[in-house]
Amino acid sequence: MDLSAINPILLIAAMIAAATPILLAAIGELVVERAGVLNLGVEGMMITGAVCGFIIAVNTGSPTVGFVAAAIGGAVLSLLFAFLTQVALANQVASGLALTLFGLGLSSLMGQSYVGIKPPRAEATPLGPPADIPVIGPIIFGHDLMVYLGLGIVAGTWAVLKFTRMGLVLRAVGENHDAAHALGYKVKRIRTLAILFGGACAGLGGAYISLIRVPQWTEGMTAGVGWIALALVVFASWKPWRVLLGAYLFGGITQLQLNLQGAGVAIPVEYLAMSPYIVTIIVLVILSADKARAPGSLGRTFHASG
Amino acid sequence: MTPLLSLNGLTKAYPGVVANNDVSLSIAPGEIHALLGENGAGKSTLVKMIYGLVKPDAGQMQMNGGDFAPADPRAARAAGVGMVFQHFSLFDALSVAENIALGMETPPPMRTLAARIREVSETYGLPLSPDKVVGDLSAGERQRVEIIRCLLQDPKLLIMDEPTSVLTPQEVDILFETLRKLSVEGTAILYISHKLEEIRALCDAATILRGGKVVGTCVPRDTSAREMAEMMVGSTLATPKAAAHDAGEVLLSVTGLSAASPSAFGMSLRDISFDVRAGEVLGIGGVAGNGQDELLAVLSGELPCGVGMVQFKGRDLAKNGPEARRGLGVLAAPEERLGHAAAPNMSLTENAMLTGAAREGLVRRGMLNWAKTRDFAERIISGFDVRTPGPENAARSLSGGNLQKFVIGREVLQRPEVLVVNQPTWGVDAAAAAAIRQALLDLAADGSAVVAISQDLDELMEISDRFAALNEGRLSEPRATSGLDVEQIGLMLGGAHAMEVAHV
Repeated sequence: MDLSAINPILLIAAMIAAATPILLAAIGELVVERAGVLNLGVEGMMITGAVCGFIIAVNTGSPTVGFVAAAIGGAVLSLLFAFLTQVALANQVASGLALTLFGLGLSSLMGQSYVGIKPPRAEATPLGPPADIPVIGPIIFGHDLMVYLGLGIVAGTWAVLKFTRMGLVLRAVGENHDAAHALGYKVKRIRTLAILFGGACAGLGGAYISLIRVPQWTEGMTAGVGWIALALVVFASWKPWRVLLGAYLFGGITQLQLNLQGAGVAIPVEYLAMSPYIVTIIVLVILSADKARAPGSLGRTFHASG
Repeated sequence: MTPLLSLNGLTKAYPGVVANNDVSLSIAPGEIHALLGENGAGKSTLVKMIYGLVKPDAGQMQMNGGDFAPADPRAARAAGVGMVFQHFSLFDALSVAENIALGMETPPPMRTLAARIREVSETYGLPLSPDKVVGDLSAGERQRVEIIRCLLQDPKLLIMDEPTSVLTPQEVDILFETLRKLSVEGTAILYISHKLEEIRALCDAATILRGGKVVGTCVPRDTSAREMAEMMVGSTLATPKAAAHDAGEVLLSVTGLSAASPSAFGMSLRDISFDVRAGEVLGIGGVAGNGQDELLAVLSGELPCGVGMVQFKGRDLAKNGPEARRGLGVLAAPEERLGHAAAPNMSLTENAMLTGAAREGLVRRGMLNWAKTRDFAERIISGFDVRTPGPENAARSLSGGNLQKFVIGREVLQRPEVLVVNQPTWGVDAAAAAAIRQALLDLAADGSAVVAISQDLDELMEISDRFAALNEGRLSEPRATSGLDVEQIGLMLGGAHAMEVAHV
């Protein structure tokens, strides 16, 4: 066992990067659920975003264009979910599961000729010189732009939900869609927009895995991150900052246990591998002991009558 | 004077039913105009058209002499129409100020809005704190939220849909005071209610709807409540009558009952005690949200309670769940029809099976006897005049009033020894309500004990032998109904809590 092989600064920096895909997917799903829609297709939208981003980045040579394509890819797939649940009034749980299966299949079809190719690299430290400051440099300034974008989306989501009329209307629609309709708000339109936002965020999260974390394309490479993001939203009591905390906690312990495995700690690998799930769930369950409750109309189909 | 709003020949048809047929009426500025009619007479459809939620098939509306055809509620609000809904329009998890902001076109910043809410609530005598979460408010306070939401937009016409059904007599007085003040200031009010005495006290004119058509107009002050009721129903009304009977042995006895509410926005029960005897109707009044749902849940067996708190003929019921209690003869009909008393997507036959299985012998060795269940459902339908094509129709396809008749009938026909009902005639028209009350009285006359929980005080005065009030989860001492006046009842409703404090 050699714990000195673990560099704490690099570890923290790596934790933040490991958390980003979950964070992006979870914050998107949070907005969807606050609007009263339960979209279980996060995994499918992530993997679709991952493959769309990968293909476009390889063909254009630009990771930035790749990320934009990933967001569009995720959003387009979520549009299918929006059509099923908001127009055809299909059951949300079944539609979400179908979306995941469809996304997994579609992505492996699209990615067939891209296995084994290396994507263009994103600029590692776009913020430049500050990244060279000892200790805080690598932790705070040494990341790629997507990490900062993810944080920006969390802060933006929090501010919009709390301080703006748009956020208030979105929460109202999720809380009681009949009342929102009676007041004249367009429930279906607002929900469709929220679903599109969720799809775009999930797509970005997926592309972060295929373009930066791994970076290559393999089938099913999101490996359940979408499901973790879904669980995180619930355990975070539908609050943006708690989603951030949960994602960092989960990403952090994932990274830590990998390092411990590498250092040869005398704990069976299986226990280390399950530790991120257990710790994240325990912490968020303790946090969610307050009176927080799910949006009142979550998962219910809205049908305007008379 | 040009009328503020005039409707000409409004017609709206839904598949299978004409909700409004050639309806015309006009309202002058400052007039308080009553809209009367039974359930399904087309009152809601009419006001929804004025509020822009529904578009008429034919006919015109004019406001101040100009054409008025709101495409959605926003357009209606912009034109000066405000509406206070009966249900479905507040958001429990949001604060008072947020709820109000949602009903406004261009709300000011939250701090300014909070100040204006305080200002308006003081001007009109409707105290309200803008920061409170709506889920924690009483029904009366919730209504104030809705009224203030409308008033902040300086409406020219205020539509009120059954505003007093959830208020105590004192709260009704405050509301009427506010409405008269608004009327003097020139705001017209379109007032929908079943309560004819209130309309006589408040309104300047009334339009009566039956089957989607205008069947008459009157000046409420010069018309008796009975005449108006008969115009609504189209026939003479039978008043429920109790047969003379003596109270028998104690069937249901509740002692020191305390139970925590299962819901975050619910009300816990605190130290409730009462007895009900065979042949007696105990009326329990109180404003919604003071523990009614919890009390019913404890008596029906859905909500567990401590040993010795609820006894039936001296036998402790703490270990008996709802099904076991039904077997013994303790039955209940909860308030929420869709989802609690009846499963919305199941047929009436299936719903009859759900509570009737044990007492009607509809199950033998785990096998369901559908033929017998269908007969049972048909008996309910014919016995309680439930209007539906047949027992195979889904519960959700029935109108609220019809489903209520079915739900009450289903329990009454099982010959219960104790029947607990919550809001037995909520949303039911006058004729059907009278039939349900008569059924409850007949049940008592046959020797059952009936506990009727209701917010409708007139109803409780009509059917109950003794009356008690629920307030903040506490029950006042039951008192004989004969000899109680409105003032005393009002004090019981609002004052039970204060007396409790005085004891401590």
